[in-house]
Amino acid sequence: MAGQSNTGHETYYVPESSSLAIRATIGLVMIVWGASHYIDHLSKPEEPSNAGFILVAGLVWFAITLFSWFATTIRENIQGMNSAQLKHSYVIGMQWFIFSEVMFFAAFFGALWYIRNLAGPWLAGAGAGDMNTLLWPGFEYSWPLMETPQQAVGGVSGQMAAGHLANNGAFSGPEHHLSFPGWSNMLHWLPLWNTIVLLTSSFTCHVAHVGLKENNRKKFNLWLGITVGLGLIFVVLQYMEYHEALVEYGLSLSSGVYGTTFFMLTGFHGFHVIMGTVMLLVQFLRSTTKGHFNSEDQFGFEASSWYWHFVDVVWVFLFLFVYIL
Amino acid sequence: MAHGPAKGFSRWLFTTNHKDIGTMYLWFSFAMFLLGGSFAMIIRAELFQPGLQIVDPAFFNQMTTMHGLVMVFGAIMPAFVGLANWMIPLMIGAPDMALPRMNNWSFWILPPTFLILASSLFMEGGAPNFGWTFYAPLSTTYAPPSVTLFIFSVHAMGISSIMGSINIIATIVNMRAPGMTYMKMPLFVWTWLITAFLLVAVMPVLAGAVTMMLMDIHFGTSFFSAAGGGDPVLFQHVFWFFGHPEVYIIILPAFGVVSEIIPVFSRKPLFGYDSMVYATASIAFLSFIVWAHHMYTVGLPLAGELFYMYATMLIAVPTAAKVFNWITTMFKGSITLETPMLFAIAKVFLFTVGGFSGLMLAIAPADFQYHDSYFVVAHFHYTMVAGAIFALSAAVYYWLPKWTGKMYNEAMGKTHFWISFIGFNLTFFPQHFAGLAGMPRRIPDYNMMFADFNMMSSIGAFIYGSSQLLFLFNIVRTITHGKPVNSDKVWEGATTLEWTVPSPAPYHTFTTPPEVK
Repeated sequence: MAGQSNTGHETYYVPESSSLAIRATIGLVMIVWGASHYIDHLSKPEEPSNAGFILVAGLVWFAITLFSWFATTIRENIQGMNSAQLKHSYVIGMQWFIFSEVMFFAAFFGALWYIRNLAGPWLAGAGAGDMNTLLWPGFEYSWPLMETPQQAVGGVSGQMAAGHLANNGAFSGPEHHLSFPGWSNMLHWLPLWNTIVLLTSSFTCHVAHVGLKENNRKKFNLWLGITVGLGLIFVVLQYMEYHEALVEYGLSLSSGVYGTTFFMLTGFHGFHVIMGTVMLLVQFLRSTTKGHFNSEDQFGFEASSWYWHFVDVVWVFLFLFVYIL
Repeated sequence: MAHGPAKGFSRWLFTTNHKDIGTMYLWFSFAMFLLGGSFAMIIRAELFQPGLQIVDPAFFNQMTTMHGLVMVFGAIMPAFVGLANWMIPLMIGAPDMALPRMNNWSFWILPPTFLILASSLFMEGGAPNFGWTFYAPLSTTYAPPSVTLFIFSVHAMGISSIMGSINIIATIVNMRAPGMTYMKMPLFVWTWLITAFLLVAVMPVLAGAVTMMLMDIHFGTSFFSAAGGGDPVLFQHVFWFFGHPEVYIIILPAFGVVSEIIPVFSRKPLFGYDSMVYATASIAFLSFIVWAHHMYTVGLPLAGELFYMYATMLIAVPTAAKVFNWITTMFKGSITLETPMLFAIAKVFLFTVGGFSGLMLAIAPADFQYHDSYFVVAHFHYTMVAGAIFALSAAVYYWLPKWTGKMYNEAMGKTHFWISFIGFNLTFFPQHFAGLAGMPRRIPDYNMMFADFNMMSSIGAFIYGSSQLLFLFNIVRTITHGKPVNSDKVWEGATTLEWTVPSPAPYHTFTTPPEVK
């Protein structure tokens, strides 16, 4: 893959016209329309709506389209239509896609940084004189935020009484948080196990890659299978943690900005873990049932493994900034 | 591969051809230009005289919002993507874009998305009314129900932009003809490479911003609600981290276009090619560290105001380098003033005016007076309309003979230019004065003292708006009745690769790459 091969220019495969894009568009439009109307419908459940059905139908339609799209590209590759140059286009495409994902997470990490280092202290009166005695008297900032400014002024009614017109709901802090519980309770702390599971899976994914480079299919299948399994274990652990947070700790999306950032960051990460697991599972099935991939031709697996390592790195940052610091 | 286009409408639905897709992008963006323009006409009709005239204030807010959204995301951005699709493979000697099917998908997401967004005008509660910058809590606590539809529409546009940009990057990095080194690429290609990088970097941040809005509105989170420990100002930070690079996403390809046109009609090579490349990269880098200059009056710490003020002023350096290079390119050239050149020169001159008012706005203490006034409206229309849309008009006249194989009507083109030029300046120059005198933006009514300026503005807007119909007529007439150009190299001074293929450009070009020396 080093650089471009100029000989490849003559055989660059420009596909014939294809219905894939239109089919994907139909799915996406159904998702956009269905999701927005379904979410609007949540607040007025008494009105009849078919938006939920359209959303699900759109998702299924989209999944089927993606399946045939990928099937098409795999078939073209097996038929030998893909020059080294075209393969390099796919490599570039995947790399920049992952970069866009990095920037998506950067938005949420940036929000977390801003809230923890600037907005939180300001709400408690830092920097701007004693403004908070007028706005949120009695609010003290700490992280994790266990008492919201609204609670500090006596809940929603207190907030309204103080003349704050803007009110978009009740925000009451959790009873417990999920941050570092001290060395003695380390072993009961789920995020630590999540970290171990995910870091191990990155390692096993790499071992699978080494196996593939050696053309050792047995080794590849074994370690890739283990990686998929670890991905599933992570999802289960994350589910257990969410259950604990919601049921035992009273921590939810509406627990103020700690619950907000906690669930949004770990939630989007968890969603990406599920996507990555599915991607690796597909590669696993391609290898075990169809015998795809060899030491020379392995882009589907490589792209999924890059994605997996990316998800792993995001977790390391999450562990650091959401749980430990 | 010597087949031509498919027959019938399925050609356009199923195409993988960069020229077809570029054409669709261009027509779509023109349609959106007229739609967004008609919203602007309603705004200017309302503001023709003080007092409430035609529409009610709630609808006026929807008009300013939809005008901005449609023009930025529907007209200007897709128009430049259309140019990129048509011209980048031709300029670097590639057979097509790197990922042709994805290319088609990037386009076809846009028409239904904008149809859905525009349909919100007829929804209960009306279309989005919180301005194209959709600040929280206007766009969260106080938003109309159509905000959910708006959020998902923005997601879909973002997907389209990201895929389109990845495609452009892959094409430029991977598909250049042998010998076409980076520093031999036409400047339009260079500006698009950097623009595509900006898009991939900031569209996901916009997706993050609207996702936070969605969660705040429907799922009880408190990103932008101080009651829960969040901060509405956080929205502005996330938005403008996207928004400032976004305005350079709009202007950099316009820089690329004039950097192609000015040398051709001056019959001289571009002065300072290398410095143009470095200036573009510097502008892109700076765009990431100046976003809070849109937020001087929100209560930033003093250190923040100072940092963003000086960083913003730094942008003037690479931008001025570009302006000097264009002027120096023209210096002692044998210049002819065909329509593309007229638009290009006007773009350089008027964009510089917008740049100067930008420098004024960059000064934090002065901005406390200018902020949210019509001075800001005048400033960004000098950059968006004169900077981007004049460059787009120039590009269309410049490449239309290559696209269609026929020459547009020069007299009509020049008429279009002069009416546009006069109409544009009559619209927006008085707004500087109205703004400095204190007229706020985004209002349907105003103090009597601004009546004269506003009437001039409205007359200018109607002139500028109707001149675009002449533009449309000229394009259609070129396609149907234009005189064939019968030459590969339509313009005498042209040097880039697209002028080595026949006019009109065949359906497939450079299936074997040319040798670039």
